Amino acid sequence: MQVSRIIFAPIFKVLRPVRRQRLLQVGLAIVIAHILMAIICGPTGNKEDPYGLTRLIPPYNPEKTYREIPRLAPPSAQHWMGTDHLQRDVFSRVISGGWAPIVVAFSSIAISLTIGSIIGWISGFAGGLLDRVLSLTMDAIYSFPSMILAIALVAVMQPGLVPMIMAIAVVYIPTYFRVTRAEVLQIREQTFVEAARSVGAPWWRILLRHIAPNTVNAIMAVSSFNIADAILTEAAMSFLGYGLPPPAPDWGFDIQNGQRFLQSGYWWLITFPGLMILSLSLGFGLIGEGISDLVNPKRRRKKGG
Amino acid sequence: MALLEVRELTVLYPVAVGLSAFFSHRFLVAVDRVSFSLPERGTLALVGESGCGKSSTGLAVLGLLEHVRGEVLFRGKDVLKMKGRELREFRRRAQIVFQDPYESLNPKMKVKAIVGEPLAIHRYRAGPDRVGEALELAGLSPPEYFLEKYPHELSGGERQRVAIAAALILKPELLVLDEPVSNLDVSIKAGIMNLFRDLQDELGLSYLFITHDLADAFFLSDEVAVMYLGITVEKGKTEVVLSCPLHPYTEALLSVAPGSRKEKLILAGDVPDPLNPPPGCRFHPRCPRAQTECAAEPPPEIEVGPSHWTRCLLLAQGKRHDET
Repeated sequence: MQVSRIIFAPIFKVLRPVRRQRLLQVGLAIVIAHILMAIICGPTGNKEDPYGLTRLIPPYNPEKTYREIPRLAPPSAQHWMGTDHLQRDVFSRVISGGWAPIVVAFSSIAISLTIGSIIGWISGFAGGLLDRVLSLTMDAIYSFPSMILAIALVAVMQPGLVPMIMAIAVVYIPTYFRVTRAEVLQIREQTFVEAARSVGAPWWRILLRHIAPNTVNAIMAVSSFNIADAILTEAAMSFLGYGLPPPAPDWGFDIQNGQRFLQSGYWWLITFPGLMILSLSLGFGLIGEGISDLVNPKRRRKKGG
Repeated sequence: MALLEVRELTVLYPVAVGLSAFFSHRFLVAVDRVSFSLPERGTLALVGESGCGKSSTGLAVLGLLEHVRGEVLFRGKDVLKMKGRELREFRRRAQIVFQDPYESLNPKMKVKAIVGEPLAIHRYRAGPDRVGEALELAGLSPPEYFLEKYPHELSGGERQRVAIAAALILKPELLVLDEPVSNLDVSIKAGIMNLFRDLQDELGLSYLFITHDLADAFFLSDEVAVMYLGITVEKGKTEVVLSCPLHPYTEALLSVAPGSRKEKLILAGDVPDPLNPPPGCRFHPRCPRAQTECAAEPPPEIEVGPSHWTRCLLLAQGKRHDET
């Protein structure tokens, strides 16, 4: 009793703001389900059974062409989501292909969030020439079509997981830069900053203790929308062949393969990976909405919280 | 010697006008050669309507503004020229309380961090006892009740008391009070005003009290300086200036103060654009007693009584306005 209270009380405390947020709950449920699926069905590094924590899940090796699997068979009791032209089980590929978008989206957003907001803090706080130069640089990146920029960056490196993460990170740095800088410009004019100056606080203390913490809410709200966006970018990139190298299961790449067969009526090849991309990105989008509701006091008050 | 001696203080603000912002700045003169002195344990009230430069004066006195000319002598040393250790020491001895307690406290910090921050900045050992002491001085007791709270959990009056506690924790000598009660409810305001008075007796503080409310100035200050469009139009002992004002602007201000039994003098027009102040006496376009000479040149500051100065041409010429 006592022990469980010690363990669970902090968890409930963290979850308290989630209680009345239906959007946040649904979004969290979807995303957590996806993450669990990625953990359970993701790559293991084991040669014998390269995907999934157990032999049963996924039911087939998603990379392997089985002789006994029929080509392009529709969904059935044996193959829930049908089979593809290379005699692979689509269901196995779908549930094992979820880890890449999640890993790519989370790591690239973590990188761009860190770099973007640090540059944004400095730029907004320092002002003057430095601010002009940084803003112009960021605007230049921002005005570039993001897909083309990402593809160009991957092309310079080689296709693969890490280059894709780096490329998507670069694409989203300006977003965080802009959000953080705008917040800093507004916060640094507030009286509590003036008050800290009047006590003799050094600039780094003002930046770290007074300005930076007050930008966190805005950054949080932007992040989950950005993750939703980054998942779509990842899917688009692997659709164009800049993702994981071929036999690996990857939703975007599978859609690319499957769309050739759509006109002949083989709808299951693209429908299921597409629905996965949709639901994962929707989940993060809902979390973003929920966080905005929580963070924005005007929207929060309406709910009587 | 006065604790604070301000001589010819001038505050400029750069104004960006169109494209010229890239090349040059025009300057708006927010405070124009203001002089006053504040004795130890004394209170000087800077009075005037919004935009007259009283808040800029307060910030400039603390060395928080750029483009400041003149001298601000704190115990004989010029604040505007202070650097390094000397400036740090001044930052410890002079503190400010701002108008809006909803903006002057960092929303992400707990009360104990807000009040204890000056200690950390000045590298004093920050004991919770010192924070508690300051909170109690500011009238927040029991302090334990407030330590762990965030600003949004407090009322306006409580927040302002937290700001006061943070200003007091370094045991300052000078407190700039920048309209500290203007945003508070009347019921709370009285408590805070009394607190300032008690703190002065208890700790020997000196106040530069910035306000637009003459009743507050009368309650707290020994001396008063009335400002209009960046200049001091009248200054002197509070009882003298507020009981028999000599400058027409002071008269007008007093006549419209709540509870005044005099005939209300409603001034014509608005405060002129500070970028293009009127020539001569700055008040002449709105002055009920303006003469043609008033537009010619700015009136000098003249002593009209024992430590009572004003800037009005009519008084300089010996024409008391009750004679005209």
